[in-house]
Amino acid sequence: MGDPMRIRAQAKDGNVLVRVLMSHEMESGQRKDSSGHKIPAWWIQEVTAKLNDKQVFSCEWGPAVSKNPFLQFTIKGGKAGDKVSVSWKDSKGDTRTDEATVS
Amino acid sequence: MQTRRQTLKQSAAAAALVAGASLPPQHAFAFNKAAFEAKGIHDALKGLGVNGDPVASSDVTLTAPDSAENGAVVPFALSTKLPDVKELVMLVEKNPNALVSVFQVTPEVEPNFATRSKMGETSDVYAVAITKDGKALFAKKEVKVTLGGCGG
Repeated sequence: MGDPMRIRAQAKDGNVLVRVLMSHEMESGQRKDSSGHKIPAWWIQEVTAKLNDKQVFSCEWGPAVSKNPFLQFTIKGGKAGDKVSVSWKDSKGDTRTDEATVS
Repeated sequence: MQTRRQTLKQSAAAAALVAGASLPPQHAFAFNKAAFEAKGIHDALKGLGVNGDPVASSDVTLTAPDSAENGAVVPFALSTKLPDVKELVMLVEKNPNALVSVFQVTPEVEPNFATRSKMGETSDVYAVAITKDGKALFAKKEVKVTLGGCGG
């Protein structure tokens, strides 16, 4: 379980604009620690999103996505009061889900 | 009249059928390790099931800065006007592994996504739209990086 995500979902022109800030190291696997050992990669591999319990969005990421990832996408339809939930799963199998209400 | 043995056999077969049929749809969405570990643009796209060479298209848009002072955080956005697009993909040619992100274009979302990427050095960045029949159409842009984000 990582730290909570910050999710903003705004109804706009009949669509819902979703912006998410996740809290994750996104270790690339390219860096070395002070003694010269490679730090193993550790990153969010997949992100999915639901609008009122129906999956509408998914993506896969490599370790090149920046630390504390930002993500923006637009769901067709949806209105204020709807629920948007976002989930991620990282390369260690850790997962986290957070929910926001469309405003 | 059924014997107990027959009944057990049948129910085991039925259970196996149900288990097979109800495999979660996520099963098809296993992390595509081969594509994400590929070294160049070409191999990464091949790993995503693209057949043929990618073609430049003005219907694919990549929004990225001309230069990034800090390669650890390069904002970019991908979008397309093409029909029948299955995935929108972002690649950085000179990163150790070119593939950064694969967005599924579902009927429920606009084909328009944004996120931030790390870049090791100045490189061409590609936005690629992969159609349902496996064609790849791309837009590219060079992003100059003053300070790399992948080394340590």
